[in-house]
Order: sequence, then C-alpha cells, then structure tokens
Amino acid sequence: MSNTSKSLLVQGYEVVIGFETHAQLATQSKIFSRAPTAFGAEPNTQACAVDLALPGTLPVMNQGAVELAIRLGLALGSHIAEQSVFARKNYFYPDLPKGYQISQFEIPVVQGGEVGFFLGDEKKTVRLVRAHLEEDAGKSLHEDFIGQSGIDLNRAGTPLLEIVTEPDMRSSAEAVAYAKELHKIVTWIGICDGNMQEGSFRCDANVSVRKPGAPLGTRREIKNLNSFKFMQQAIDYEIRWQIEEIEDGRAIQQATVLFDPDTGETRAMRTKEDAADYRYFPDPDLPPLVIARDWVEQVRAGMPELPRQMAERFAREFELSDYDATTLTQTKGMARYFEAAALASGKPKLAANWVMGEVAALLNKQQVSIDDVEVPGPMQLAALIRRVSDGTISNSGAKSAFQELVANQRKSLEDLAQYLADVDAIIEAKGLKQMNDTGALEKIIDEVMAANAENVAQFRAGKEKAFNALVGQVMKASKGKANPQQVNDVLRQKLQ
Amino acid sequence: MNAIHELGVLELAAAIGAKQTSSVEAAQHLLARAQQFASLGACLAFNEEATLAQARAADARIAAGERTPLLGVPLAHKDIFVTKDFPTTAGSKMLAGYQSPFDATVVQRLAAQGAVSLGKLNCDEFAMGSGNDNSAFGPVQNPWDVTRVPGGSSGGSAAAVAARLMPAATGTDTGGSIRQPASFTGITGIKPTYGRCSRYGMVAFASSLDQAGPMARNAADCAALLTAMAGPDIDRDSTSLDHPAEDYSAAIGRPREGATAARPLNGLRIGLPAEFFGAGCSPDVLSAVRAALAEYEKLGATLVDISLPRTELSIPVYYIIAPAEASSNLSRFDGVKFGHRAAKYVDLIDMYKKSRSEAFGPEVQRRIMIGTYVLSHGYYDAYYLKAQQIRRLIAQDFQSAFERCDLIAGPVAPTVAWKIGEKSDDPMANYLADIYTLSTSLAGLPGMSVPAGFGAGGMPVGLQLVGNYFKEGELLHAAHAFQQATDWHSRSPSGFGS
Repeated sequence: MSNTSKSLLVQGYEVVIGFETHAQLATQSKIFSRAPTAFGAEPNTQACAVDLALPGTLPVMNQGAVELAIRLGLALGSHIAEQSVFARKNYFYPDLPKGYQISQFEIPVVQGGEVGFFLGDEKKTVRLVRAHLEEDAGKSLHEDFIGQSGIDLNRAGTPLLEIVTEPDMRSSAEAVAYAKELHKIVTWIGICDGNMQEGSFRCDANVSVRKPGAPLGTRREIKNLNSFKFMQQAIDYEIRWQIEEIEDGRAIQQATVLFDPDTGETRAMRTKEDAADYRYFPDPDLPPLVIARDWVEQVRAGMPELPRQMAERFAREFELSDYDATTLTQTKGMARYFEAAALASGKPKLAANWVMGEVAALLNKQQVSIDDVEVPGPMQLAALIRRVSDGTISNSGAKSAFQELVANQRKSLEDLAQYLADVDAIIEAKGLKQMNDTGALEKIIDEVMAANAENVAQFRAGKEKAFNALVGQVMKASKGKANPQQVNDVLRQKLQ
Repeated sequence: MNAIHELGVLELAAAIGAKQTSSVEAAQHLLARAQQFASLGACLAFNEEATLAQARAADARIAAGERTPLLGVPLAHKDIFVTKDFPTTAGSKMLAGYQSPFDATVVQRLAAQGAVSLGKLNCDEFAMGSGNDNSAFGPVQNPWDVTRVPGGSSGGSAAAVAARLMPAATGTDTGGSIRQPASFTGITGIKPTYGRCSRYGMVAFASSLDQAGPMARNAADCAALLTAMAGPDIDRDSTSLDHPAEDYSAAIGRPREGATAARPLNGLRIGLPAEFFGAGCSPDVLSAVRAALAEYEKLGATLVDISLPRTELSIPVYYIIAPAEASSNLSRFDGVKFGHRAAKYVDLIDMYKKSRSEAFGPEVQRRIMIGTYVLSHGYYDAYYLKAQQIRRLIAQDFQSAFERCDLIAGPVAPTVAWKIGEKSDDPMANYLADIYTLSTSLAGLPGMSVPAGFGAGGMPVGLQLVGNYFKEGELLHAAHAFQQATDWHSRSPSGFGS
C-alpha cells in the first residue's frame, strides 16, 4: 500500500505479494467433533467416528473455535459476521475422510481488517480480505510403506483459521515482516501456539511481478512455508525466477509451487489447467453460524492489550523510542517482563536496555523463552537496576551480579525489599560494591597517573584519547568497583 | 389373546405387561415368522443372540414392575440406521458387511424405552428409490400382491409391518420414503417435521431432507413410537431442533375443543390442494381418497379448497437438491477407510473409479452424476441456487395455505403399487410418482399416510395428511379419529393374517 519514495523495484519490476495463512486454533478438541487435537500422538488415535467420517456421523460446531475467530477479528479491527455459512469443498483425497472439507466460502466469519507493522522504521499496513473457519485434513504418509501410502487421521478435523490478505506487500522483506507480525498477534491473543515446525502456522504466498503501473501479473502460489527463513528464500527465488521467465519472453502460468529448502528452488506442483472444481455448496448439516453481538462484546471484554497498543503505551508512558517499544513487545512474555521491571525499578529506560541487552542475549544463548524459570525474574532485574541507579554498583558490577542470578536460581520472594536484600547479599559476597570512598579512589588514581606518565603527558598536550586510557586503567585497578563518573571527575581535577 | 404377530405395538406391550406373553417369547415368535416369510425380501440381517438378550433385559424390567408403552416390544430398523448389534448396509454393496461401532440416536432412544431390536430391513440403496427395487440385496415384495413393489425407499419396513412380521419398524423419508410405502402396503406411517428426530446415525442421503419416522399398523402405535424417537439431539446433530419432546400418545387422546362423541373432529379445517386432485391422479386412488375425506366430514371436519401452485415444480427442485447433497454425502464411500474396495487397480484414481463403479448401483450412480453436475462451476447458479429459491417459495405456499386450514389432505401417490420391474428402466416415471410427497419434504413439514381403502388390483390406498411445523400431535389425532371410525388399517393381506 504505502509505496514511499524508496524504490522497491527488482530489475525494473514491482513485486506483488498476498498471503494465505492457516493458523491452527488452540482448542482442546476438534472443530466439529470432541476428539482431542494433541500433536504427535500415535497415528489414528486422536480421531473419533466423526473424524473418520463413519456413516451416520454429523458435524457439531465447536463454540471455542468460533470464539478464537472472534478474537482474531477483534484484534485486527475486522467485521465479525452476524451470520456466516459453512460450505463443503468437495474433492477426493485419501486423507480427506468425508470426500469434502468443511470450510467457509461465500460468507466467512471474519471480514476485512488490517495488520500494521514496522519494516525498519517504516510503518506498513496490510489489508485483510477475510479469515474463515475450516477443518484440517489428515496426513498421508508416503515414506514408511513400500508401494502404499499410510493415512493418519489424527489431524483431520483440527480447527483452522485461514487468514487471507489483499496483495498489499511489495517485497519479500515486507512479506516476512507481515508474517512475523501476524504470528505475533495470533500467539499474543492466545488463538494459536504458533509452532511452525508442527504446522500450527502455515503460510502460502501468492507472488507476482509487474512493470510499475501495469495490471497485476499472473501469480504463483508458494505453499506451506513453515519458517520465516524459508519464506524469504522462497519468495526471493520465485521473484527472480518470474522475472527471468518474463525477460526470456515466457508468460507466467498460474500454478501452485513448493519450495525445496535443499535446492533453494520452487517447483510447480500443479497448474491452473488441472485445478479441481470443488463444487462448493452450503453444508446442509450445519445451520448458518450466528454470532450474537453480546457474545462479541463478551469476547472483546476479555481481550488482552494488543502489541501495537502496548508499544504505543510504552513509548508514551516510559518515554521509549518507537523502536525500543516495538522490540519490547515482540512477545507477550517479553512485554510483561519489561513492564514489571520498569515499574518496580522506577527506571524504565534502564530496564529497557537491560531487557533488550543482557536478558535478550541470555535468552538467545540458552534458546529459551522469557517465560522459562531459568531466567532471572523481572523483580530481580528491578532490584539490580535500583542498585545501579543509586550508585551502589557499576554497570559492569551489575552484569556480574546478573550472571550470579543466572547461575544460581533463586526462589521467588515476597516483595522488592526482599529482592533488594538478595541482590545486596550477592553484591556483598562478590565484592561488587562500587568504590564511593574518595580517599581510596584518589590513591588509585595517583598510582595510575604515576605508572602512566606518558598518557598524562599526552592528555596535557591536548590528546583527549589519552584520558580514556587513564580512566580504563583506573577502572581496571579498582577491579571495576570505582564509580566511572567519580573517576572522571577526580581524574580531571588531578590532571588540571 | 390373539396370535403374537396379530398384535400391534400397544397391544403387544399390554400383553407382555400383563404377562400373557413375554418379550422373549414375542421375539422368538416374530424371528421365526420373519424366517418363514423370508421370500418377501423384507429382512436383511438378524442377530438372534443380541435380540434375545434385549428381550430378556426387557422381561427383567417388567418383572421389576416397570411399564412403558414400548417395553419388550420387538421391532426392526430400516437398514439406513447404523446399529451396533447388526451390520448396516444402506441397501448397498458398498457397505455389505459394514459394522458400525455405534447406534443411531433413534435406535438408542427406542432401545432406552425397552423396544427390542429384531434386525435390519431392506430398503432402496442409500434410500434412493420408490419401489425398493434398487436394493443390492434384491427387491422386496408387497404382501398384498407379491408381484408388486411395496413402495420405497422404506419398502422392507412397510412390507414387514404389513405382513405382520413385526408390529412396527423405523423408516426414513427424504421425499416420501415413509409415506409412499405405507400407502402401498396399507399401514400407517408418519414423517415428522424436519429436525424432530435426530439424523445422527442415519446413513445420509440428502441431509436437508432426511427424516426418521415410525411405520406401524395404526396412528396410536405411531404416536407411541414417535414419542420415543423424537426430541432434541443438539450435541450430535446440528440440524436437530431444540424443541422439547412431546407425548403424542397423550395428544391423540386429548379431545378437540368443541368435539362431540359423534363428531370428534368438529372445527378441524382440512385443506384440499387442487393440484393434488387433478388428472395426474388415477381414478381408483382418487375415489378412495374422496371416500376417506367424506368420512372426515362425518367426523366433523370441514373441507376447504386450497392451492399449492408450485406442486409440479417440487419434482425438478427435489431432483436437483437431493442428488446434489447425495453426491457430496456419498463421497466418503471411496474405498479408503471402509466399504467396498476394488480388488485390482493401478493407481489411486483407478481405485476410486473401480470401487465406486463396482459397488454403487445404477440409480445411485445416476444421482451422483446429476448432483455433481448441478453443483459444478457454471451450473450451480442455474440449478442448485435456483432450486433453493423455489424451495423457499414452496414452503411459503404451504404457510399461505395454513392460513385457511389446519391440515392438508390428498393422495400419497398417484397410483397404487406397481408391478416389480414395471418402472425399473424408467427413472422419470419413478420420479413423477413422487409428486404428492416431495413438496412436503422440501418444506420440512410433517406428513403421514393413513390407510384409506383399496384401489386397482385390490391394492391399498393411503390418504396423506400434512400438518404445519410441529403439528405431529394434531396429525396423529386426526388419523387416530379416522381409524376409530374405519377399519382399513386393520385389514391384513391374505396369507399374512391370523
């Protein structure tokens, strides 16, 4: 949408991308039966008579799945249809037990809406066409059976929300940023676990290219992109491939393609010619899905603050930059952690730096989520920040204390006073207390000046760099305990 | 006491309750009788052990002092209802030997009331047909003339009840499949309001039309059966109506306001649609129906001329909607999970084609093709969507008519039962014979067939009564009043009586 001055043309072509995302809804049971939705069970143990499409079985709508669809609609500013219709999509495939998939066709439950996000520092908006409820199919297993295929119907009937965008994206980077934002939202509002490896969040990208101002080109749909990395690679490859085809004088044929991570290439599965006629018609087994307005309001009342709203609030209340506020609201856990640390420490900017610095690095190193217990809690961090801000410890001392908190997990305590006591005990035990005694500092400084006469001379000759070297030496000599500001002041005095 | 097979549902329940006989004795007697008349082709499956276990359980309940209107009464189910104790075939080679792991809701509800299941009854394949000559397991004979069809698709149920093999049976009606065979065999059958009986466990033919109902010798028996069968099942069938269960036996005994002993139907307005009494109906049927209506007048009812102007359109509308739904409903029979799979095939598509071609009969294949066609891209609007629009108009016509009358009456079918094989090669002739029952199904209204006399060849003729939504009680009441004054319903075909 927002084509800014920055040219996004690739070899003179404009890239046009739209997304279809299948988000598996985090319900306990299936969309039209009461069988559980647990992942990874023995084949065909999570499928009941309805999922197996045994004669005489009928679908009954899972209200929980509808509620999750309403949540998404509310999060994205969509219209929640008062009445939507389930339709049958008819086709034969061994892992499709009924010979049709129950989906929504003409009237979906979620209509319109948009996803906003930053691409670098540029604000982008991708419009949604719709999001509709449908059931997943089972799985065909081709590997383990020589000359035959196995069918696992555990996944059959798992509730999905298919989220469809307008072709609003203009680069692979924008597409990935959109997908990441959508992923953040669905996990944030708790409608999907977001596990891409297990297929809980699967993206199909419709990609086409055109000369600027020309009508939309023919699109090819890249199916089942199950990591952000492959998404970017697949789209980039597809763009290059399409441009080459056109440059070589070949027209693009509408097709469904798959990305092969091993070769880094996309290849066509089927073209438009063999596209099936799905013979959609309203499912006579299911009356229209009626959503009363008071149900929508009930769901709205239970909605969490959304990441964008929270980022705006952080920027406003804690005087953070947009970038920091956005970074801190990447996950709900991160945002909660930051806010608790910011409020308890009374130093939001310091808390932001710590969370984006030490805490993020730790999470990255340990490959754990912020909700995991191995990470020092926000109150511990707040206690540490307090001790930095009141001058008890230096920043580097605080980092040592943080490592101690990581190495030796603490039980959770009552209040900040107790956390402060705990942090104080660490400071004491490790001797991290900042040297605030001017006499002792002066002694160290004198020694350093004597031992580094050359630097002293250079500084006095106007070389500011030499001052930093001296500060470093003092800090080293004090084993990091000296207060850097104080070192600065005293040293300058003495050098004058 | 009369012979066990001579007794209706309520009579047999009373005899068992009075310990004149037992449920086990009744079940054994009827199982033997079913074997004796196996050549009728009405019965498809028995499981003596399971039947007798149920009968013993019923006898134990009776010994414990329990009395319900169905306790200990043996009956059988159309082979469209899935059952744990018997295989379920839906009259198709596709499901030969198929064993369901669960009972249909209707089967469960009857069992809960103490009815004993004798077995499964023949029907047209997937309930598609009106002569019961589309069953993979052979045709069913009409006990009134074994060279004639019993009607369909619930032909096995109708023949079994008419031949006194059992006091009652379940049936299903999509476009007349309870009413027409009831009419052809001189028994009483009612198709309730769509959604009144759960469809859970009925092998689906046309989901928006399929409806279960009882078939028995008289309206009082039907009332007792329907009381057990009907009621909400919203946790298993989304089209089940959340409308409290009713006691239809009480409804038929409740005098109308203004009724007298001689004129129990005083004040009842019966609408006669002009379209049901035209040249399309054969004179023998018309004269029996008119005689029955004259009887209704004697009972106090007033006859009102009405019109259902889109009656003729109900044939094309039905034969678009029902096949469309069927083509999709029958997709699950693909040879992958259950049902017939071809012995030899080269690949997946070949497996689908061979399995389905081998196991579906010609009428089923015809309807799958029609249904697939009308749902196809480019035809959907012209056929399916248009048919749905006309369907709504047909329903509106009934509502206009019900402003002027309480019930609607007419023939069930234009003729009496035809000869087996007579219409086998002419699907259009079969479809046209459904003209008086289709519109009721399309509108989702309750309708029934009441024995009203005899026509050509001494074959039974049924009077159709149609009520507004949820007026099953009123329908059964009107039928019961008629049966108090007539004895058409107690006539039995020669060779099958006492």
